[in-house]
Amino acid sequence: MSTPAIHVERLGKQVKLGLRVANQYSFSEVLMSILGAPLRRLRTLGESSYGGELFWALRDISLDVLPGEVVGLIGRNGAGKSTLLKILSRVVSPTVGRAEIRGRVGSLLEVGVGFHPELTGRENIYLNGAILGMRQAEIRRKFDEIVAFSEVERFLDTPVKRYSSGMYVRLAFAVAAHLDPEILIVDEVLAVGDVAFQRKCLGKMGDVAQGGRTVLFVSHNMRAVAGLCTRAVLMEGGTIVADGTPEAMIRKYMAGLDANVGGGPEKVFPEAAEKPAQVQRIRLYNAAARATCDYDLLDPITVEAAFTVREELDDLVAVLQVCTPTDDVVFVSTHVDEDNHWADERPGAAPRSRGNYVARATIPAPLLNCGEYHVLVQLLAPRHAVYDSVRGPVFRIDDVSSFASCLFHKPRQGHVAVPIPWELEPA
Amino acid sequence: MEHSSGIAVGAKIDLGRAEVGTVHKPVEQPPEVALTVIEPRHGWYGVDLAELWRYRELLYFLVWRDVKVRYKQTVVGAGWAIIQPVCTMVVFSIIFGSFAKIPSDGVPYPVFVFAAILPWTFFAEAVSQASLGLVAQANLLKKVYFPRLLLPTASAGLGLVDFAVRLGVYVGIMLWYAHLPGPSVLLVPVLVLLTTLLALGVGMFLSGLTVVYRDFRTVVPFLLQAWMHISPVVFPLSLVPEQYRWIMLLNPMTGIIGGFRSVLLNQPLDWTALAASTVITFAVLIFGVSSFQRLERRFADVA
Repeated sequence: MSTPAIHVERLGKQVKLGLRVANQYSFSEVLMSILGAPLRRLRTLGESSYGGELFWALRDISLDVLPGEVVGLIGRNGAGKSTLLKILSRVVSPTVGRAEIRGRVGSLLEVGVGFHPELTGRENIYLNGAILGMRQAEIRRKFDEIVAFSEVERFLDTPVKRYSSGMYVRLAFAVAAHLDPEILIVDEVLAVGDVAFQRKCLGKMGDVAQGGRTVLFVSHNMRAVAGLCTRAVLMEGGTIVADGTPEAMIRKYMAGLDANVGGGPEKVFPEAAEKPAQVQRIRLYNAAARATCDYDLLDPITVEAAFTVREELDDLVAVLQVCTPTDDVVFVSTHVDEDNHWADERPGAAPRSRGNYVARATIPAPLLNCGEYHVLVQLLAPRHAVYDSVRGPVFRIDDVSSFASCLFHKPRQGHVAVPIPWELEPA
Repeated sequence: MEHSSGIAVGAKIDLGRAEVGTVHKPVEQPPEVALTVIEPRHGWYGVDLAELWRYRELLYFLVWRDVKVRYKQTVVGAGWAIIQPVCTMVVFSIIFGSFAKIPSDGVPYPVFVFAAILPWTFFAEAVSQASLGLVAQANLLKKVYFPRLLLPTASAGLGLVDFAVRLGVYVGIMLWYAHLPGPSVLLVPVLVLLTTLLALGVGMFLSGLTVVYRDFRTVVPFLLQAWMHISPVVFPLSLVPEQYRWIMLLNPMTGIIGGFRSVLLNQPLDWTALAASTVITFAVLIFGVSSFQRLERRFADVA
């Protein structure tokens, strides 16, 4: 068998889990700590100083990637995927272990690294190409191809600060896509750009893969992993937990996600006969009617609550609350919201008679921003009585299709992520 | 302390398998394959000159970028590089030349002071650009690999371009005052090289510290200002009493500024001062590079 293109041997990276933000020290602080406590400083000499808890972001990673393999790294945030890519890209150095890479490496941890807003598209192609490790002659040779791929021909001599974010990303990816290395290391760069362009990029990456190149990439886009990779590696807590076919690894990853968020997408509640009305079961499922706790920002989420009414009631309203992990209510909805005169006497407006019912509410998308949420379902008679109030399953919203991050290269802020109509014209 | 050269791209022969890993050669020539070894880095380690050479095009593009941006952004364009030292010259000439009547070794004061402003501005701008520029480019440090030494080096490159523009201004001033240099003017390139090396050494030392300790951003301008006052920019070295002059020579800029003045104003060169400057410059350069290399592996973690 051939020599691995990437050989990783017991690699580990220790980071300081500082109490402070981003491990920043000011010189005056260090000076004060040296002047203020020379003895303590002496004692800790040789160890890493300035406090902060040490923590292994990456532990005992061993991995061989053969030439031509396309390996997807999957796992939750903080699993160490990006740290591993950073070490292999030589942006950070490991604490222990060793890695060997055979071949010219092209590393894409972010698109458009080093783009200068004041420079034109043409100038940035050269600059960015050089930063990514292309030679000038090579850039010149591929220039027309890059421009054609980016679809920004008309704005080539405009400073990129005047570009729309879509144009910016397209140009940046076009340069990166023509890097043409033997080994390509890619971190989640597909999470930017519009859907059509993403598809084009995936196609380009597919070309790369079919060209016999070795690719190692991190993605939360399981479709991309399934479609492109010949192998997937599942990481968790800084170590590799499983390694195998993309399908098997994705299944394992999804199962782990469901297990991790407390009981999965369905919750069943024990019988409590003293309650006049009671929620028996809450289930969350997606547009394909598959029960899950993981949703894309663009996936509507259906909350299904089965409940029973044990005695004849004057009134009953089913209420759904969507809450953050800290129990802040994001919004409240009731099953009678759509009736303007919801307190009316219409038959069937409220389930008052004995029997079993199922209520379904669909949370539209995009609405909730990325994050973790849980639902609260209540059965009540308005201003009168609360028959039952239960906490439903926890669910997570991820930005797989990149609605939230495509503009900002990072998650959009806020509780909600909703497109709203805009108008902009010369005044 | 382990002396492993952190990320070494070195020739390696893998016994058993008939495969030779080479380096310093473009990868386009199979079957030779570039081998990159990634290992922990400890303590001090050397500079991979071969790697720096392979990245020379990036250095060119970084300088090219800074020059483009500088001369494109400002309304007056190249004028800015001229206006600033000329204003300084006028202010210094009025205050130090006319009011304070600081002697200028028999040369018109504006010419005298501009001959010193030239190397000083080059030095100060290269140093501050290096240390502030590195912080400004933190994203580059976190997202892509290249020899980090290129960034402060590129800052000196920008300084050189500005210097060339100002040298043109000086020629104008020189003609105006009809004070021409002698044959020693041919030494200018040597002095420029010396200034560049000093700026690189100081710039690398301060830029490494600025990334790791953010408050150095305020320290650097202050430091440069104080440094200017102890350098013979507005006054001649002859103003300093003979027995204290050796202290002045510990400042490598003393010899450099003195040297520039001598060759531009056609005065005898102070070889002792120049020799002292050269020795100290090389010491500073070695110290600057090694301290930068030492701090460099922390850049991506703290930047």
